Amino acid sequence: MISEKRGREFYILAAFFGLFVLFLYGPLSAVFILSFQGPNGGLTFPLNGVSLHWFANLFETQAVGDFGGSFFRSFTLGLMVMVVTVVVSLLAGLAFRRKFRGATALFYLAIASLVVPSIIISLGIGVLFQQFGFQPAWYSSAFGAHLTWTLPFGVLIMFAVFNRFSPSYEEAARDLGASAWQSFVHVLLPMIAPSLIGVGLFGFTLSYDEFARTLMTSGTYNTLPLEIFGMTTNVTTPVLYALGTVTTLFSLLIIGTSIGFILSMNRRRRRK
Amino acid sequence: MSDAEANAPKALFSARSFSIASVSAYLQALPLAIILGAFLLLPIMMIVVVSFWDYDFASMYPDFVTFNYGETLGSWVTWKTYLNTLKYAVIVWAITLVIGFWVAYFLAFHIRTATMQTLMFLVCTVPFLTSNIIRMISWIPVLGRNGLVNTALVNMGIVPAPVEWLLYSDFAVVLAMVHLYSLFMVTPIFNTLMRIDRSLVEAARDAGASGWQILTNVIIPLAKPGMAIGTIFVVTLVMADFITVQVMSGGQSASVALMMKNEMSLLQYPAAAANAVILLTLVLIMVAGILRIVDIRKEL
Repeated sequence: MISEKRGREFYILAAFFGLFVLFLYGPLSAVFILSFQGPNGGLTFPLNGVSLHWFANLFETQAVGDFGGSFFRSFTLGLMVMVVTVVVSLLAGLAFRRKFRGATALFYLAIASLVVPSIIISLGIGVLFQQFGFQPAWYSSAFGAHLTWTLPFGVLIMFAVFNRFSPSYEEAARDLGASAWQSFVHVLLPMIAPSLIGVGLFGFTLSYDEFARTLMTSGTYNTLPLEIFGMTTNVTTPVLYALGTVTTLFSLLIIGTSIGFILSMNRRRRRK
Repeated sequence: MSDAEANAPKALFSARSFSIASVSAYLQALPLAIILGAFLLLPIMMIVVVSFWDYDFASMYPDFVTFNYGETLGSWVTWKTYLNTLKYAVIVWAITLVIGFWVAYFLAFHIRTATMQTLMFLVCTVPFLTSNIIRMISWIPVLGRNGLVNTALVNMGIVPAPVEWLLYSDFAVVLAMVHLYSLFMVTPIFNTLMRIDRSLVEAARDAGASGWQILTNVIIPLAKPGMAIGTIFVVTLVMADFITVQVMSGGQSASVALMMKNEMSLLQYPAAAANAVILLTLVLIMVAGILRIVDIRKEL
């Protein structure tokens, strides 16, 4: 295991891991390749020529409904969810460092938010808005529905971060005469910044890809996942794959940027 | 763990500042409490109330009737659907547990540098941050009638004609669910395995344990909390799933959530609400059972 020579176990497990990665990425790469299908090609292999026809098709509104609008809504909603998730999780994480009455109840409420089936939240918020006479919309009801999914992740991550965070740094800052606010801004915040970016990444991507919680809560206008789901039932051309490729590349861009940020922060801190 | 305990917030505050500190703790916890209260507790209470209401084809009426439950529980379709959902949950749980453990074990005990570990873990994580629907659709060109697998099988002469049950079947549903949810098992198990004190493994080896004995007597028992947390994720995700079942079974199989979704599209909200209460009770009982084995707060 931790012996110097790689044993048989290592090679068997390495092969298993390789298969797992292939299982994860294989189908996605099939979609990626097929989105460059020629204009006369179909939904399956082989490629009938190579073209950007289906990507061009994507931006003609008649072909795929409202791609631009739904992307804009999903993107904006993702940003809103991201900001609120980071701020609220950070505050809750700070609160959980101290003892306060109801802390356990609040913690288990957050866990409950994670395990309650998403369609139940969707139904509940939908009915609630209906009964109180509010118009459900992506920026109100769907926004709240997404937060019930992203906040527990944020809170759990902050909980784990503060579990490992020694209070001695803040004590040192206080001994040197820093106010509570100064020690928060100049000591604590820079140290946990990479984790906060991670929470933000989770908040954005979970919201950007969320389907079940948006189903009953989005109101008149669709978010991108709802739009894509609609397409799966009535679009029979590779434009579906083009959309898949574009949204996946967008997700990858977001993930890559966040990870780049985290890495550069860690490197800068190590250099100090 | 000892590290976390040592760092736990202690009584840093004097008597005077304690009251300020506790007030600020309440203020800091308030936004979370408000959001979860408004968008989790209130909707669930609403569902419980509505499940006792009367309805017709157009609207629902405040009332106290129990026939929503009676109709749901009295129908054999409901029981069959619940059984089918539980079947998916058990199969997907078993497969993701095996995959999750071995992948996490490989990363934690066979990869030697921390950088490589992080990199390989990220490789596993990235697909899970992309759209579930796209990842589901991506099976169509692979498993379809003229898909990659069938073409390969026919060309190699293994089967005379394309295999029909690869797509739009229970097999496809389970495969897609494993594809979508296995990371939720890998991550918590990886987390617990990384925290196992390596000297325990050394001690076991010094005491003459074989590799297999170390695995079954030291590592697996210590990995149980991670497996329990992964189980909570996977089981609740599968129990709540309707979109994978709908897309991958081609409408041939049912799950509880899919039944709810169909009731909702027929505007039978009280019936869907009764179903929701039953499903929620079942899920919470399962989670409570698992939480008896593991204290989540200690595992973070």
